[in-house]
Amino acid sequence: MTTEQILFYILGGGAVAASAAMLLPPLGKSPIHSAISLIVSFFFLAGLYALLSAHLLGALQIIVYAGAVMVLFTFVIMLLNLRPDETQEPRITAGKVLAGVLAAFVVGKVVTVVGLASAGAKAVDLAQPGYENFGSTKEVGYMLYTSFLVPFELISVLLLVAAVGAVILAKKSLHYVDRPEPPPSVFDQEHAHEHMHTQSGTDHAGDTHAPHDANAHAASHH
Amino acid sequence: MDLIQHGFLRGIAYGLLIITVVMTATAWGMWLERKIAAQMQNRMGPMFVGFHGLLQPVADMLKLLQKEDILPAGADDWLFNLAPILTALFAIATAAVVPWSAQIVASDLDVGLLWVLALGGIMVVPVWMAGWASNNKFALIGGMRAVAQSVSYGVPLVLTSMVAVVFTGTMSLSGIVQFQMAHGWLIYWPPGPGIIAFLLFYMALLAESNRIPFDIPEAESELVAGISTEYTGMKFGMFYVAEYVHTMVGSAIAALIFLGGWDGPFHWLPGLHWMVAKTVILFVSVYWVRWTLLRFRSDQLMRLCWLYLVPMSLALLVFAAVWVTYFAA
Repeated sequence: MTTEQILFYILGGGAVAASAAMLLPPLGKSPIHSAISLIVSFFFLAGLYALLSAHLLGALQIIVYAGAVMVLFTFVIMLLNLRPDETQEPRITAGKVLAGVLAAFVVGKVVTVVGLASAGAKAVDLAQPGYENFGSTKEVGYMLYTSFLVPFELISVLLLVAAVGAVILAKKSLHYVDRPEPPPSVFDQEHAHEHMHTQSGTDHAGDTHAPHDANAHAASHH
Repeated sequence: MDLIQHGFLRGIAYGLLIITVVMTATAWGMWLERKIAAQMQNRMGPMFVGFHGLLQPVADMLKLLQKEDILPAGADDWLFNLAPILTALFAIATAAVVPWSAQIVASDLDVGLLWVLALGGIMVVPVWMAGWASNNKFALIGGMRAVAQSVSYGVPLVLTSMVAVVFTGTMSLSGIVQFQMAHGWLIYWPPGPGIIAFLLFYMALLAESNRIPFDIPEAESELVAGISTEYTGMKFGMFYVAEYVHTMVGSAIAALIFLGGWDGPFHWLPGLHWMVAKTVILFVSVYWVRWTLLRFRSDQLMRLCWLYLVPMSLALLVFAAVWVTYFAA
């Protein structure tokens, strides 16, 4: 066995093991451990890309998937703080059946495509002329801007739409609204007198004072 | 094609060598920092272990090794134990692609710069794991701040590195240095944007390696010790070492992509000297800043990043693209 094969089995086995750990107990019981297993699996995949001389793809795999996407995943899961008990749902729901059918479809598709593609394929010797720059940044960039220009631009538009959508969702209101004035501070000279006055009244009056003032202020702008 | 013939073993040997050297240098980097801090505060610093405290790092390590290993109640043991290992692993893995001279490099990747940025970006995952798994509110807040800071400051860091990539036309770290040897260091060529890009990169680097004025994740005056609050012994030591390794490799990267790497004013000295000198100067300057400035507040930090650093880096990137298209060559 060549070194390359040994590395392939290590990396491939690692990827499969990490993916299995994602679903099976003991790690698969907790959503957090599943997410971490997914990150590990991404790392092994990046190693496989590097083994195929696609260093750029490997680095991007780590930046985009293991880095950016999974940071948000783990962040959300950890903040929701799901306990293993709460996630136990042994019932079979329509959503799960649909997910299973879709997953089976994707697996079938991948197996078919890979099978068809590799039926007449021969291993390419990267040492041959014409393949020196295979997988390099320049080569990938050149391919993206020539052979795959249309899909590349379409994906750019899709990402832009997603970014705009995220901004819209994150905004509380689509219209420009004046930020409510903060409640007067004791250190604020202008409001010092007013503040002492509300302090002498009931607590309730003191609480409602600031938002009311801010609303009046906002209304006077429109 | 067998990988043995393609420098596989050579890569492993160089990797082990570089890890050993970087880790050792880091240990005495800690000593150096304590000495500098002491000088700035009119103290002596470590004095008792060895000549002027030179063996202090060894004593510290022996002390950490003897500490009791405590797992906090309610902590997630898997993630709690995994986090310090991963932090140290990612920090050291960045050193693999750093060319210390034209010959001394473990793996001269075609996408070396991208590899460094990728590992720098993913460093936040173990930090956040540690913050959450500790089951401690200070650690959790520290972890959340670390994520916010790292995700935000990763943007100017990547954009300013891309300025260097656009100017030099390559993502290979040694390729960037070779370009600078032919055309002049990026910090002064082309005049103007280079030095701005370097300063922005330096600020983002301070934030990425959690150094004052950007050390919000472990702000000890408000968060006890941030993410490392619950860690004892060598696990704490790993976080500590990872931070220094991160700073040192970051300094090396800044020296490579803006200060000409192993290029020097005269060439009868081997390139390694220049590279090490530049790295050490940047490394020391990080601690000079650390012991001079105060800490930012979390919201000030975010405002500085998104309102000033990101737009400036974007403008620089556009300028670099225009320059390369119309004025260079």
